[in-house]
Amino acid sequence: MGKPWRRQLFLRPEHPRLPGSLSLSGEVQSNCLLPENPLPSAPFAAPSPPWSDPGAVPLIRVENVTKRFGEAVAVDHLSLNIFEGEFFCLLGPSGCGKTTLMRMLAGFEMPTEGTITLAGQNLAGVPPYRRPVNMMFQSYALFPHMSVEKNIAFGLKQDGMPKDQIADRVGEMLRLVQLEKLAKRYPSQLSGGQRQRVALARALAKKPKVLLLDEPLGALDKKLREETQFELMDIQHELGMTFVVVTHDQEEAMTMADRIAVMDHGRIVQVATPGEIYEQPKTRFIAEFVGDVNILEGHVMGQENGLWRVKTASADVPLTIDDPDEVLHSGQAVAIAVRPEKMVIQRDPPGPGAINVLTGEVWDIGYLGDWTVYRVKLATGEIVRVTRANASRFVENPIDWDEQVYVTFAPDAAVILAE
Amino acid sequence: MTERSFMRRLTSGLVPAVPYLWLGVFFLVPFLIVLKISLSDPAVAQPPYRPVFDWSDVAGFFGALDLENFEMLTQDDLYLRATISSVRIAAVSTLLLLLVGFPIAYGMARAPERYRSLLVALVILPFWTSFLIRIYAWIAILKPEGLLTQALMALGLISEPLDILNTEAAVYIGIVYAYLPFMVLPLYATLEKMDDTLLEAALDLGSTPWRSFWTITVPLAMPGIVAGSLLCFIPAVGEFVIPDLLGGSETLMIGRQLWSEFFSNRDWPLASAVAILLLIILVVPIVIYRDVEARRVEARP
Repeated sequence: MGKPWRRQLFLRPEHPRLPGSLSLSGEVQSNCLLPENPLPSAPFAAPSPPWSDPGAVPLIRVENVTKRFGEAVAVDHLSLNIFEGEFFCLLGPSGCGKTTLMRMLAGFEMPTEGTITLAGQNLAGVPPYRRPVNMMFQSYALFPHMSVEKNIAFGLKQDGMPKDQIADRVGEMLRLVQLEKLAKRYPSQLSGGQRQRVALARALAKKPKVLLLDEPLGALDKKLREETQFELMDIQHELGMTFVVVTHDQEEAMTMADRIAVMDHGRIVQVATPGEIYEQPKTRFIAEFVGDVNILEGHVMGQENGLWRVKTASADVPLTIDDPDEVLHSGQAVAIAVRPEKMVIQRDPPGPGAINVLTGEVWDIGYLGDWTVYRVKLATGEIVRVTRANASRFVENPIDWDEQVYVTFAPDAAVILAE
Repeated sequence: MTERSFMRRLTSGLVPAVPYLWLGVFFLVPFLIVLKISLSDPAVAQPPYRPVFDWSDVAGFFGALDLENFEMLTQDDLYLRATISSVRIAAVSTLLLLLVGFPIAYGMARAPERYRSLLVALVILPFWTSFLIRIYAWIAILKPEGLLTQALMALGLISEPLDILNTEAAVYIGIVYAYLPFMVLPLYATLEKMDDTLLEAALDLGSTPWRSFWTITVPLAMPGIVAGSLLCFIPAVGEFVIPDLLGGSETLMIGRQLWSEFFSNRDWPLASAVAILLLIILVVPIVIYRDVEARRVEARP
């Protein structure tokens, strides 16, 4: 099986500006993900993913769904399409409604308004035990009085599957999660990681149309979590099943998902691929929630050669930003979002005519091993976070605390967020 | 310093001994006395049995003990019938208590958290009135011209007065009523601890609510079911007051037999033998329960 499309990095949508219309000073490196040669659409391109195909029929259709608990609105007029074979992530801070949405998919909650359809079937009034959907619970919810085998077989038994077939399927699932040796154990005799696998195997055993995973890796430690992320992706790829994951961990969402829906206050703020969410966040909330970001406030001065000029108190010279999709007018207040790794920190002043230069003094240095984080204090008092990959083991004459430094970034490293 | 650590060792050694001490003084010693009386012969004297322990003739004392009273118990089938009838009544009552108590405990465990302690208090509330008075009150309810008959006749459900008092049915009503808290509280304690997501997981995996109840809730509530059943079954087997007040002369129970041997016939040795028999009947289920429990714990530590 497997899915027909391939996961991709974020590619900039085509736009009319001519490439190379602006020459940048040498120090500024381009972080644009655009390939060197214009990308031909054939012959090696994978089939386009279903969400960008207007004719594709979604597997799950959430239409204008609202869920109220008394006065509180958990999910607010939310619409969403999820396609077959997708690894879909609902990402958001706690209380954003992502869990409620998932529980509505599972059938534990019914929408107050709106409809949810699965493979064309309206799920209104369909109880959880009649839905072709299985869920992996955050607490795993393993039955403590049943062995690993019995836990995995539980759902199959409910379907009245013959005993020998159940045994085969249980064996298959145990192999899939590499727990063959622990089949006779009870949940209390397993480690956290092993329980997580049993929960996964149990939810997968019935081969549901959709697998719902509620914070599937939340209880695991960091190393194990990372490994398990890739395993989950492999399993999903192998089975070709549709996965819907709820998580508050943006890194987890970024790693695993084909698409991420970022939620806030019961609404979806943006649905896009991880790359697009990170590189082209729609709002300030997303830019700040997903990854680290520096926000510089300013006012639009106008457009030159397709590039926006933005006046900000943080820099002496107006900033030059390459964000052609924004429709802005002069004088409009905007926020410039720049990721720390897309900024360059240097001690020597950039040459004359250099663009997007911020000056400040090194306030803090955090050495993380793979990265070094510099917190630079600007004249305005703002702190700008710049990260640098530690590509070599030793650095001659490293930038030190309290040093006067210059922070620069390429026009296309920044995103304009209209406020 | 050394004295202090000695004192500390002494107290830390004594604390686990407290329950044993208690059992020794208030169970083992009386048990041995009763056992001794059960092996004696009745006498018209004070105390009403022979031999009385005498340090000067220990050998003669032990020589005078015999199993006559236990033989008597096997010869007269009254005791066997009373025992079987007691066990049957206690077993049926325990079953009825489970049927009545489980929904109550389940409802309590499902109630909003702020009401739960109030509900527990309400379950225990009847204990504020004397047990004897509450059982007497049932006479007024169950007697032919009593409240139950009046109510049912007023509703037109029956035309003849109900003849429930002095039947086994009245005994069941009395036991279920009086013992209900002992069933509800242990059940509530286990059900309240149960993780609701387990039921959700069962539903999610295709199990209907009814099947989930039997495959998840009941097995997980088993410790409470067993504890509640033992707490009700054991005293119900030896129950005297309820069958005496509500059961009439027809209802045969070993507790009543014990009472009549002791007070009416003044045959202390035979009454003691009945008491020992009762104890053996009751110890058996406890030992079985402990064995099952030990094996269960062994299976999944």
